[in-house]
Amino acid sequence: MEPLNALVALANFVIVPATAYGAQLALGALGVTLIYGILRFSNFAHGDTMAFGAMVTILLTWWLQAQDVTFGVLPTALLALPAGIAVTALLVLATDRVVYRFYRRQRVAPVILVIVSMGVMFVMNGIVRFVIGVDDQVFADGARFLINARDFRDLTGLDEGLAIRTTQAITLVTAIVVVAALFWFLNRTRTGKSMRAYSDNEDLALLSGIDPERVVAITWIIVAALATIAGVLYGLDKTFKPFTYFQLLLPIFAAAIVGGLGSPVGAIAGGFVIAFSEVTVTYAFKKVLGYLLPDALEPAGLMQLLSTDYKFAVSFAILVIVLLFRPTGLFRGQTS
Amino acid sequence: MKRLMIATAVGALCAGSAVAQDDPVKIGVILGFTGPLESLAPPIAAGAELAIAEVNEAGSFMNGRNVEGIRGDSTCVDASAATAVAERLVTSDGIVGIVGAMCSGATSAVFTNVARPNGIVQISPSATSPALTTIEDDGLFFRLAPSDTRQGELMAEIIQGRGIDEVAVTYTNNDYGKGLADSFESAFTEAGGTITLSAAHEDNKADYSAEIGALASAGGEALVVAGYVDEGGSGIIRAALDSGAFDMFVLPDGMVAGALEENFGNSIDGSFGQHPSSQNEGAQTLEAMLAEDDVDGTSPYAKEGYDAAAVLLLAMQAADSTDGQAVAAAVMNVANAPGEPIMPGELAKALQILTEGGDIDYVGASDVELVEPGESAGNYREIEIRDGKIETVTFH
Repeated sequence: MEPLNALVALANFVIVPATAYGAQLALGALGVTLIYGILRFSNFAHGDTMAFGAMVTILLTWWLQAQDVTFGVLPTALLALPAGIAVTALLVLATDRVVYRFYRRQRVAPVILVIVSMGVMFVMNGIVRFVIGVDDQVFADGARFLINARDFRDLTGLDEGLAIRTTQAITLVTAIVVVAALFWFLNRTRTGKSMRAYSDNEDLALLSGIDPERVVAITWIIVAALATIAGVLYGLDKTFKPFTYFQLLLPIFAAAIVGGLGSPVGAIAGGFVIAFSEVTVTYAFKKVLGYLLPDALEPAGLMQLLSTDYKFAVSFAILVIVLLFRPTGLFRGQTS
Repeated sequence: MKRLMIATAVGALCAGSAVAQDDPVKIGVILGFTGPLESLAPPIAAGAELAIAEVNEAGSFMNGRNVEGIRGDSTCVDASAATAVAERLVTSDGIVGIVGAMCSGATSAVFTNVARPNGIVQISPSATSPALTTIEDDGLFFRLAPSDTRQGELMAEIIQGRGIDEVAVTYTNNDYGKGLADSFESAFTEAGGTITLSAAHEDNKADYSAEIGALASAGGEALVVAGYVDEGGSGIIRAALDSGAFDMFVLPDGMVAGALEENFGNSIDGSFGQHPSSQNEGAQTLEAMLAEDDVDGTSPYAKEGYDAAAVLLLAMQAADSTDGQAVAAAVMNVANAPGEPIMPGELAKALQILTEGGDIDYVGASDVELVEPGESAGNYREIEIRDGKIETVTFH
């Protein structure tokens, strides 16, 4: 029983939360990496695009809940999600038309676009806070748990409980579906191929008759969808507070860069690398080791590498290490 | 001619001093009107100003002198701004007593830089930092809020009284959280309890599963959450419940609020805690009095605001002077037994008794009882969550 208890404790506090968090980061990092690959700049407004998408979805969810529309055991927010994506897509397309297109036509250096995107970030940030406020918003409904800790203990007779929230399961399933659809789109459809061509070599793509504005517009729509889905899943799983989306920017960029900017596979791998390192490095292994080791060797300390205060420092450290030893990222993204 | 001029000058001087006698007695109401606790300041100020108005209405204050309250903004986090505003009120307005400041940091800045050098009595309605107990004060500093040291000790008593002797502690990463966690830790371990882990958490995060992971690994029968219910505290409880790490929580003052019932309902039944509060009828009287002015008397420390101004003015009356040392010497006599108990709304009666040389025991809205070195003994309400509701267990 002892090794089983250790495994369950580890799953409850490390594997399950880190997997869900990794999926959310991966979706966010995919959006960042697509923008980088095709529009060629680091989009600092991505965190706040996620917040905007989540906000629209929350407002629609509240409206649906007021109409007594629910989705059974699943959160109502999933019903509101498509409309949320549509509104967010309109917003980013409008932003592109009003802001980014001007600079694209000027063929400005990427660093200028980065600064421009910071401006966009502050505006979106303001819009979200203005509309929904700065406080926590709760919009999750439906069944909260797939299995909760107490039931699991009663069911298995183990000392340790395992809790899996519905939202964690939904996060993982949605992320898998979305990623599969995205890869199918990029690799199998004509539009996807033209996007990859544009990403590989802009001039050659133009010569072969690819309409750049169309590629850009489709990229923004996909990014809006990814951002909204990531934002809503994060909000469902944790809580919606505009400020936390701004904070998410760091781990998301860390994930994208670790995986290799511009590489979709890298973004996903990077998301999970960052999530698992953040959680395992700050986890106190006392309990797990207590089950595994003989009594005489039971650790007296917490067996914690870093205090949880340093969670964000882990992303930074990994970022630095990867950039030192493999500047293009794990999956060799673009470097310029 | 020369004589006439001298006579006139002497006459004018006498008239001048007679006028000075009729000048209003000015006291500063220095609170954090802007800054992180700005929403708490207006009700406290309203409480203090209500006491001032009541004293003025009575008309018997120091042979019919009027009292004027002058507001100053001490912010909460900016010690230099607090010092500057207090300095201005002392030098240009000529205040002879201070009600304030709100936050512990601003309070000690105002006291050490302005009140003490000028020999002015300062009574804070709300500063709780343990550091203010040991501040060098020449006897001039008082506060009506209990020190967090007291809450830490009481919390340790309550927990051990329930037969729990192994707990984990998480505190919000600021002076309040750290101070409370430290005082609790020393009281609890001294009484034979074990603290498995005392870890800080940051407010404003979406996810506390990592913090809970560490706390769960350390174990313990209950989790002490020295945080804010509107900030990280609720996130911690949510994460602990979700992962099944803890189902019993100990909730100090920052956590006891209606939001707790809303957020968790009956899923934290059996959890318990305490917060400064008293149960006397004076509290209700004052709430009703403040409600007439559309002020929420239940707002934290609003009652202490009224009591602070009342104690300050009654001490002046008892000393029949506005001199700092004389007033300070009278504060304890006015606030504590023996004497006629004084409730809110009875300031006229209190002034009358003092004029006649009698003795009063100011009870006020917050059950004022000062212990050395001039701070509130602290009245706490012990609560328990039953069926998703915060219920009173007893008063300490």
